[in-house]
Amino acid sequence: MSDYVNMTIERSNVPLTKLDFESDQMVKWCPGCGAHAILNAVERVFPKIGYRKENFCIVSGIGCSSRFPYYVNTYGIHGIHGRAAAIGTGVKIANPRLSTWIATGDGDSLAIGGNHFIHIIRRNVDVNILLFNNQIYGLTKGQYSPTTPMGKITKTSPQGTIEHPFNIGELVMGAQGTFFARVPDNNINLMTECMFEAAKHDGTSIIEIMQNCIIYADKAHAGVTGKETKDENMLILKNGEPMLFGKEMKKGLRLKDTRLEVVETGKGGIKAEDILIHDQYNQDPGIHTMLAKLAPPYFPMVFGVIRSAMFPTYDDLVEEQIKFAKDNSKIKCVDDLLNSGDTWEID
Amino acid sequence: MAKKKRNVVEKESVVVKFVGDSGDGMQLTGDMFSEEAALAGNDLATFPDFPAEIRAPQNTIAGVSGFQMHMGSSKIFTTGDLVDVLIAMNPASLKANLKWAKKGTTILTDTDAFDDKAIEKAGYKQDPLKDHSLDSFNVIKAPITSLTKESLKDKGLDNKTAERSKNMFALGILYFIFNRDLKASFHYFEKRFKKKPELIDINKIALQAGYNYADTIEALESVIQVSPAKMEKGRYRNITGNIATAWGLLAASEKSGRPLFLGSYPITPATEILMELSKHKSLGAKVFQAEDEIAGICSAIGASYTGSLACTSTSGPGLSLKSEAIGLAVMTELPLVIVDVQRGGPSTGLPTKSEQSDLYQALFGRNGECPVIVIAASTSENCFYYAYEAAKLSMEHMTPCILLTDGYLGFGSALFKIPRMADMPAINPPIAKANDPDFKPYRRDPVTLVRKWAIPGTEGLRHRIGGLEKEDIIGTVSTDPLNHQKMVDYRNAKVEKIADFIPLQEVVGNPSGDLLVVSWGGTFGAVHSAVKVLQDEGKKVSHAHFQYIMPLPKNTGEIFSGFKRIVVCELNSGQFVNYLRMKHPKHDYYQFNKVQALPFMINELTDKFNQLLEEK
Repeated sequence: MSDYVNMTIERSNVPLTKLDFESDQMVKWCPGCGAHAILNAVERVFPKIGYRKENFCIVSGIGCSSRFPYYVNTYGIHGIHGRAAAIGTGVKIANPRLSTWIATGDGDSLAIGGNHFIHIIRRNVDVNILLFNNQIYGLTKGQYSPTTPMGKITKTSPQGTIEHPFNIGELVMGAQGTFFARVPDNNINLMTECMFEAAKHDGTSIIEIMQNCIIYADKAHAGVTGKETKDENMLILKNGEPMLFGKEMKKGLRLKDTRLEVVETGKGGIKAEDILIHDQYNQDPGIHTMLAKLAPPYFPMVFGVIRSAMFPTYDDLVEEQIKFAKDNSKIKCVDDLLNSGDTWEID
Repeated sequence: MAKKKRNVVEKESVVVKFVGDSGDGMQLTGDMFSEEAALAGNDLATFPDFPAEIRAPQNTIAGVSGFQMHMGSSKIFTTGDLVDVLIAMNPASLKANLKWAKKGTTILTDTDAFDDKAIEKAGYKQDPLKDHSLDSFNVIKAPITSLTKESLKDKGLDNKTAERSKNMFALGILYFIFNRDLKASFHYFEKRFKKKPELIDINKIALQAGYNYADTIEALESVIQVSPAKMEKGRYRNITGNIATAWGLLAASEKSGRPLFLGSYPITPATEILMELSKHKSLGAKVFQAEDEIAGICSAIGASYTGSLACTSTSGPGLSLKSEAIGLAVMTELPLVIVDVQRGGPSTGLPTKSEQSDLYQALFGRNGECPVIVIAASTSENCFYYAYEAAKLSMEHMTPCILLTDGYLGFGSALFKIPRMADMPAINPPIAKANDPDFKPYRRDPVTLVRKWAIPGTEGLRHRIGGLEKEDIIGTVSTDPLNHQKMVDYRNAKVEKIADFIPLQEVVGNPSGDLLVVSWGGTFGAVHSAVKVLQDEGKKVSHAHFQYIMPLPKNTGEIFSGFKRIVVCELNSGQFVNYLRMKHPKHDYYQFNKVQALPFMINELTDKFNQLLEEK
């Protein structure tokens, strides 16, 4: 499957393993933090992607998530709060032959860095963004974030928050996102698969990782991804397959009028062919947006690659314009430029 | 019509200002007149003076747009204080600019524009052309609009189109006054209006009609001759400071072999740098118009990490937004050129006006101990060399460099002797070699204290850097107290050591005397001219104009010791003088400051210097 990744990035001529990407730094996340699983998945997927190890670059902002670059043995920059997307944009434009990954969190990307987040998506810069969504500010010890559910008591909301949280998928689609996947931190296979899909996708890939902060927002996602709830509350999408979930895999989604509804095959005349088939490559974001917004109690939450649509990337267009200019301009060097237009000799 | 024979008055230098409504085409007219002067061999400097609004209400003072040019048969250092010839296309522009006229100034007006409504809108009680208030000037009252329309009557144009050519009619009059040739302008029309050939004719007719009109009127007793200036041999062009800055960066990129990346956000008066570099993709320049000032600099830091000559261009308010990211570039010890085209502040301030009030911000405006290189350009044309120097110092010393220019330099233009790239100094960034067994992210050159630039993609150099304090040499995150002290000291010393790599400060005049005039950045022309006036009178005055600010040239203290008095002149409340008090506290400094978003006038400077020379 690695034939599908970006062909302009140089591939490793020796097989790589997880060990090639482990750094010598002590990992300082809390024991039991969901971030450990994310690190594990990245170290597993990078060798599989197959680029030279020098061609990976990881960029981050500030927060627990953003210590990530120190823990992976690639090139990397640990930036400043909220600016990972902007720094990553510069890395990718300046050198499109780097597989560029951004590690960020819900505070970093959706609060202080919200502007850069929507604009990198709108431009479709070819980077992969791992968005650790733990619904809390962890590194500053427990203040609510833009994804904290309404009413949640935190250190800065002793009576409960009075803010509507962002749905990250909806925000991504609203910003004309071309790739969105959602994964839980307790399913490393799904996480790895989605990271691989993100690497394959040309354009800005957002992976929302529902990460557990064991200290300040423990079990925030348990109502969806917990052992007891996941069968009924999680629908894991597979491209080209019907959108089924539930213990028996009999429940599914179908389109009725303009809305999605949950139905059960074999009940009330519902047949297998009534269930929607997932098309992650559909350019129209309509169904993808509806899927991203679903949540319990009336719907399952949708996981896996929700959208992966082909559109030109910003960095490709930059290269195209430069090539066109080089092929067509009379100005080939700075001496040409200095002597262009109106000039005259004085002797 | 019989041609009158006229006296020719030879002048060493002349200041001409074109003013009118912001839709009157004064910038274009000024540009064409300047081009003609340059072709005639004059040295010159220009400055456009336009309102912040794109189309302010017609015939109001707020809507006045101007273009000033100073041309001469000797070296021109400023755009001129008072005006010799003023072209005022309406009452508001006359009212707003009369303060720059002196006794005998030639004022060309369009009498058609002086109707009751326009006179009232300009705030005049009565028609200034009739109330004798202009008797001390040489006023040429020409019905420019109606004569333009008359000259084009065979062209079958609507009123509006015909009227639009009135600036060319006015320019024709000017060409006559200055004994200029029309051919170059004809040629210009042919080039500019290739796709709209009907406009070529219209403009030619209007220009010629203006010229012929001037030839017939009585009001013109004489024509003015400004002879060619004696200039160094070579190829020349006209250039604005902002274009020169953009080209200097392109030149540094080509010389160093590092691809150019600019991440910027539009802001007056720096936007031209962004616009200009967007045009030069054929030279490989990657220009990113970011979503905000912060993304501009952060994208540049990303590009710098990957081995580009990374730059961001802005003005004061944008520099404020970039502060935190400059700190990141200081901590990661990456090269980065930050161009600040200063404007009047604080806050939004006076966007289209100029001052030197960002010096403190450039030197100190960041959290933590955060030294950067600070240099300043002093003329529109040397923006090219200082942009080049900023890139060279930043890359060779792996540290951000702030280049200060200002709105006057940026918008203003001057003649530029075209350099050859082969003659530009070499730029050698300290790039780490693949698989260098000694490579560590923060291992330093023992002399310069510069770390190596390890470019992603290079084999054997994988490493992480970031905004957290780093352990000396190995570059891992460190909170060790003594390590922090060491790294702070290194970062300071690295910038201070750059004093060994920059030229010594020059003094114009004797190395000792009664008064040393100190200035920096964009005030060079006015201060230099004022000092020269006093030197010509035999006074013991010298001039030191600083362009390297952090670090200061090594001989700075030594120069100061040679003078009885030192006066520091700047367009702020005393930022450089206070910096000098901090760096060279042994000396006493007088100061001369002006914060009116206007340049220094030569006579206010000479008054101040004379006063200091006379005081006991």
